[in-house]
Amino acid sequence: MSADQPAARGWRLPFSISFEQRMTTPKWLPALTSIGSLIVAFMIGGGVIAIAGGNPFATYAHLVKAAFGDIGVFNDTLVKASPLMLVGLACALAFRMKLWNIGAEGQFFLGAWGASAVVLAPLLPRDTPGIIIIPAMMLAGFACGALWGFIPGLLKAKFNVNEIITTLMMNYIAVSWVLFWVFGEWSESGFQMSPMFPRNTWLPRLTDYAAQIPQLAGLTLHLGILFGVIGSVVVWFIISRSRWGYEIRLIGDNKQAARYAGVNIVRNTVFMMMVSGGIAGLAGMAEISGVVHRLQGAISSNYGFTGIIIAWLAKLNPFAVILVSVLFGGLIQAGREIQPSGVPRMLQGIILFCVIASDVLLRYRIQITRR
Amino acid sequence: MIDWIVILQAGVASGTVLLFAAIGGIMTERSGVMNLGIEGMMLIGAMTAYKTAVVLGQPWLGLLLAMLAAGALSLLHAVVSIHLQADQVVSGLAINFVGIGLSMVLGEGLSKAGAVSLLPSITLPLVSDIPILGPILFTNHNPMTYVGYVLTPAAWFYINRTRPGLHLRAVGEHPAAADALGINVYRLRYRYVFVGGLLAGLAGGTISLAVSPGWFSELTTSGQGWIAVGLVIFAQWNPWRAAAGAYMFGALRRLILDLQGPQTLLWFANPFYYMPKLGFFLQMLPYALVILILFIGSREALKKRMGAPAALGVPYIRGERGL
Amino acid sequence: MPDITQPPDSTATSHFAVEMRGIVKRFPGVLANDHTDFTLKRGEVHALLGENGAGKSTLMNILAGLYKPDAGAILVNGQPVHFNSPRDAIAAGLGMVHQHFMLVPTQTVTENIILGLSEPRFFLPMAELDRRILALQEQYGLKVDPKAKIWQLSVGEQQRVEILKMLYRGAKVLIMDEPTAVLTPQEVEELFVTLRAMVARGHSIIFISHKLDEVLAISNRITVLRQGRVTAAGIPAQGTTKTQLAQLMVGREVVFTIDKQPCRPGEVVLAVEDVCAENDRGLPALRHFSIRVRAGEIVGIAGVAGNGQSELAQVITGLRRCSCGRVMIAGEDVANQAPHAAIQRRVAYIPEDRHGVGSSPGLSLADNLIMKNHREPPISNGWVLNLPMIRRQANQLKDQYNIMAPSVDVQARLLSGGNLQKAILAREMSAGPRLIIAVQPTRGLDVGAIEAVHHALLKERDRGTAILLISEELEEIMALSDRIVGIYEGQHMGELKAEEATLTKIGLMMAGTPQGDVAGRVNNVGELTG
Repeated sequence: MSADQPAARGWRLPFSISFEQRMTTPKWLPALTSIGSLIVAFMIGGGVIAIAGGNPFATYAHLVKAAFGDIGVFNDTLVKASPLMLVGLACALAFRMKLWNIGAEGQFFLGAWGASAVVLAPLLPRDTPGIIIIPAMMLAGFACGALWGFIPGLLKAKFNVNEIITTLMMNYIAVSWVLFWVFGEWSESGFQMSPMFPRNTWLPRLTDYAAQIPQLAGLTLHLGILFGVIGSVVVWFIISRSRWGYEIRLIGDNKQAARYAGVNIVRNTVFMMMVSGGIAGLAGMAEISGVVHRLQGAISSNYGFTGIIIAWLAKLNPFAVILVSVLFGGLIQAGREIQPSGVPRMLQGIILFCVIASDVLLRYRIQITRR
Repeated sequence: MIDWIVILQAGVASGTVLLFAAIGGIMTERSGVMNLGIEGMMLIGAMTAYKTAVVLGQPWLGLLLAMLAAGALSLLHAVVSIHLQADQVVSGLAINFVGIGLSMVLGEGLSKAGAVSLLPSITLPLVSDIPILGPILFTNHNPMTYVGYVLTPAAWFYINRTRPGLHLRAVGEHPAAADALGINVYRLRYRYVFVGGLLAGLAGGTISLAVSPGWFSELTTSGQGWIAVGLVIFAQWNPWRAAAGAYMFGALRRLILDLQGPQTLLWFANPFYYMPKLGFFLQMLPYALVILILFIGSREALKKRMGAPAALGVPYIRGERGL
Repeated sequence: MPDITQPPDSTATSHFAVEMRGIVKRFPGVLANDHTDFTLKRGEVHALLGENGAGKSTLMNILAGLYKPDAGAILVNGQPVHFNSPRDAIAAGLGMVHQHFMLVPTQTVTENIILGLSEPRFFLPMAELDRRILALQEQYGLKVDPKAKIWQLSVGEQQRVEILKMLYRGAKVLIMDEPTAVLTPQEVEELFVTLRAMVARGHSIIFISHKLDEVLAISNRITVLRQGRVTAAGIPAQGTTKTQLAQLMVGREVVFTIDKQPCRPGEVVLAVEDVCAENDRGLPALRHFSIRVRAGEIVGIAGVAGNGQSELAQVITGLRRCSCGRVMIAGEDVANQAPHAAIQRRVAYIPEDRHGVGSSPGLSLADNLIMKNHREPPISNGWVLNLPMIRRQANQLKDQYNIMAPSVDVQARLLSGGNLQKAILAREMSAGPRLIIAVQPTRGLDVGAIEAVHHALLKERDRGTAILLISEELEEIMALSDRIVGIYEGQHMGELKAEEATLTKIGLMMAGTPQGDVAGRVNNVGELTG
C-alpha cells in the first residue's frame, strides 16, 4: 500500500497510517461497515443536496416520513421493496460466482412480458381460475427471464464473451421488445399500454381481505413480497448448504481450482445465468401481476440496477438482501416526491461507492500512529 | 430515397462521440484498470457542458469543464480501485450510478433552457471539395470531429512509439516488472484513469453541445457509453480498430433514423414506413450489433490468442510477500 | 574465517563492492534474516547457498531495494547507502535478475531493456535503440534478437534479456537468483561462460543457489545461510567439498539417498500413448509422447521446466486437450474428457501451482479439503452437503497430516506454503488413489516438509499406487523414482532404471540426447529424425 512508500520529499504527515492484513474478520464487522458506509453516504449526499441549493435535513426528514411515516406509506415502501428483494437475490446469487449479471433490468422486463403473454396472447383462457393462471404466469415470467439470462450465459461460457456488456445490451433490447408489444400488438386502442388484466390474474393483496379485516383496507401489499422472503431462504440454502452452492463458491473464488476439482464451469455458468435471470423475471411477473396489472413501458423504477447495489450492500447475504430492499424501497417510494428527481439515484450511487470503499476495512486493519 | 452521404456525414459526427469515449477507455484499460464508468462520466460531461453553455454562454469553457468534471469523477474510481483495491467492476458500476444521479440532480430544469450557444460548424477549405470524401469528412462538422481525426493516430503513436506509452503498456501488462524498474505503477494508473475520464467528459460535452444538442437526462447518452465499453473490447485495445467501430456505429445510429423516412426501400415498399412499430426492432439494432461484434471478436481473440492487458482488473499490491 | 586478511575498516578505497552488516528482516511469524553479514569483493563470483526458506532471496531482495531491512547497514564501494526502491539500487550499480523473470511478455527485447529509463525522453528511435543493444550483446556474447517479443523467446533467451537489461543500466554488481533452475545443463554452461566474461570485464556477481555442484563450479567464495543465520561466511570454493557444504546448509549429516523397499510393480494403471498437445501459446508442448506407469512404482519425469511436463500432467487429468493419442487409465481412454473423468477413476493430482490451481484461497480449509469428494457420500448426498461430516473429516485430516492452522474454518490463503501443500496432500491421499500425478510436490518447502512429502509418496507406492512424479529437482527424481524418463521439447528421451541412472545420463536426456532404453520411444523416432 502507498502508506508503506517513503513519504514525499520534504513533507510528512504528522501521523503515519499503516495497513495490516487481517488474519480473520470478526463476524459483526461486515454489518458494521455496511451501516457505517450508509451513514457516510447520506452525509455526502446531504452535502451535494446543499450544494445544489436544497436543505439536506428537510430532504432527509421528508424522505423518512414519506417512506416509513405511517402504515400507508410503509405499505407503499414494502410494495416497492418486493421486486427489489427478488432482483437483489438474483444479483447476489450470480455475483457469488463472480458472474456479473448486470442484466436484471432486462430480465425483469422479459419476465413481465412473459407473464403478460399468458394473459394477453392469450396462452390460457381469460377466465382460467387464479390458482392455475397465476402459477402459469410465474412460470412464464421465470422462463422468459431465464431465456434472457441464457443468451449471455451461453456466450460467456462457450466463447468467453464479456457478460457485463452482453447483459447490459440485452437490457436495451428487452425494453425495445416490450415497447414493440405495448405500442403494437397489445396496445389498448392506440394507447401506450396493454388493456387491464382481469382480476383472476392479480396476485392477492391485503386490501382484498378488507371485508374480513377492515384494517387492511387500502393496503396494496401483495403476495409478491412472500416470493422475496421465501426466495431468500432458498438462496441461503443453495449457497451455504447445497452441493451446487459449494460449486458456486468454488467457481467464484478460484475458477482454475474449480476446474481442477472437476466442476463443469460451462454448465454451471449457463445454469447460473438462467436461474439469476429467472429470479429477476419472476420479479417482473410479480410487479405486473401484483401492482401494475397491465403491461406498459414504465414498469420498473430502475429495479434491475438497484438490485446490484442491494446485493453489494448486503454483502451478498440473502437475508440482508431483504432488509436492504426495504430500505431502498423506501428510498424509491419517497424519492418520487423529492425534488430534484435525481436524488435517489445519486444516493444509491454514493452508497455503493461508500460500501466498496469500506470493504478495505474488512481486509486490512488500519492503524494510525503519531510520529 | 436514402441519402448515403448525409448518413455517413452524420455518422462521422456521432461516431466521434464514441471514438473519444472508446479511446479514453483504451488508455485507462491499457494501464490495467477496468473502465466501466464511461456512461456515467459522459452524462456528467454532457450536463456540465450544456449547463455552462446555458448559464455562461460559453460552449468552449463548457467543454473544458465537462472534461474536468468527468475527470474528477474518474478519480473517485481511481482511489477506490487503485488504492483501496476494490473490485473494479463494481466500482465502475458505482461511477455510473453516481454519474447518472449527480447529473440528474445538477441538471434539473436544464431541459427547458431556451436558445443556447453551441459549438460552431466548420467546413474545411480545399479538402471539402474532394468528391464524396469532402462532403462526408470535411463539410459542416463541429470542431470536435476534426479533433477526432487527429486523436486516433495520435493515441496509437503515443501508446506504441513513445516512452510514456511504453510505460503505460508495461504497467498494464506486468506491473511488478515495471515497479522493479522504478516506474511508479500507482501514479501512472491514476494518470490514465484520469485521461479516460477527461475523454469521456469530452465525449459527453460533444453530444450536448454539438451532435444532438440539449439535456435529456439519461437519454442524452442513451447507452453510448456502454457501446464504447463494448468497442474497447472489440477493438482489442487498439485505437485504429476502435475508430473503425466508432464511425460504423455512428453511421448506424443515423441510418436507423433515416430508414423510417422513405416510402420505398430498394424498390420495395418500406416496412418501417408503413408499420412504425417495427421501428422498435431498428432501435434494438445497435445493441444487438454490439453483442454480435463481441462474439465475433472473442472468436478471433481465441484463435489468435490475443487478449486484454494481462493485469487488467487486478489491483497491484506492492507486497513484501515474505518467504 | 579465511578472509580476515583485509583491513577491517577500509574506507572509500574499499575493495569490497558490497558489504551488508547485521541485516535483520522480519516477516509476520518469521525471522528471515537474523543479523546476517555478507560481503562481495570486486571481480568475484560469490555464491549464496542455502535451502528454500533460509533467507537468501530475502537478503538479496533487500540489497536490490525491493525490501527494507529492519536493522543493519549496507555499504556499496565503502559508502553507506539507503535504498527506497529498486531504482535506487540500480543507480548504485546493483542489478538483480529474479528467479521469475520480470519481463513484459508482449513487448520486444529492446522495449524491455529500455523500460523505466529516463532516456530517451519522449520519442523512441527504435532502429537506433536496437543497434545500441546489438552492440552491447557483442561485448558480452549474449545473443538475442532485439526485435523479438519476449513471449516468443526460450527461457534461456529471456534470461539473457534480463542480464542485458541490467548491463544496459550500467550495473557493476549482478545478483542472480537461482539462475540455473530453468536452464538445461548446456545452457548452464553457456551462462557460466557469460558470467566469467562479465567478471573479466570487472563485474562482480552474487550467485544464489541451492545446487551444490553448480556453486562449486562457478564461484570463488561461498556464503551459506541456514534459517536466516550465516553458517559459513565467504569461505573459498576451492578445497571445499560437497559434503561439507551440505552439512553447513542443512545442519546435519545429509543422506542423498532414501531407504526404500524394492519395487514390486503390478498391472499398468496409466498408459499415455502417442499424445500431442499444445501449450497456452498454441505451440506444440507434447510431441507423440508415450509413457506407462504400473501399480506400485514411481516413474520420474526428468526435464527442464517448460519442456511439456506440466502439459503432460494436465492432459492426463483432463485439464488440457490433446490433439492426438490416447490416455488410458485402468484400461479406459479418458483423453479429452472432463477433469471429472479422471477424478472418478481415483486419480490424485498434486498440481505445481498450489495457490492458483490446487486450492481455493478464499474458501475455508474444510471447504478446500472436500474439493474432490464433495459429490459423494458421506460428504453430500448429491444435492445437500453434510456439514457436520465435512467438519469431522477436516479435523481428522488436519490432525493426521499435521496441518498447522488455528481451525478448519480459516481461509486457505492464510496457510503457509508448507501447510497448504500438506492440506493438498491430505485431500489427494485420503481419497485412496489408484494413480497419483505429483508435479513439483516439494517446491518451496523446508527440509522437514520435503521429507514428509517423500515419505507419503513412498508409502502410497508401497500400498500399490501408481505414481507419476514430475520434478525439476534431479536429486528428488533420483531418490524416489523406480524408473526415470527424460523429456525434452515434449519428446520422450528414453528411460533409465533407478540403478543405472546417473546425473550425467539424466542431464543428457534433459538436453535432448536420448539415453538408455529407447523402446519406450519407438513412436518418436520418426519425429526425431524428421
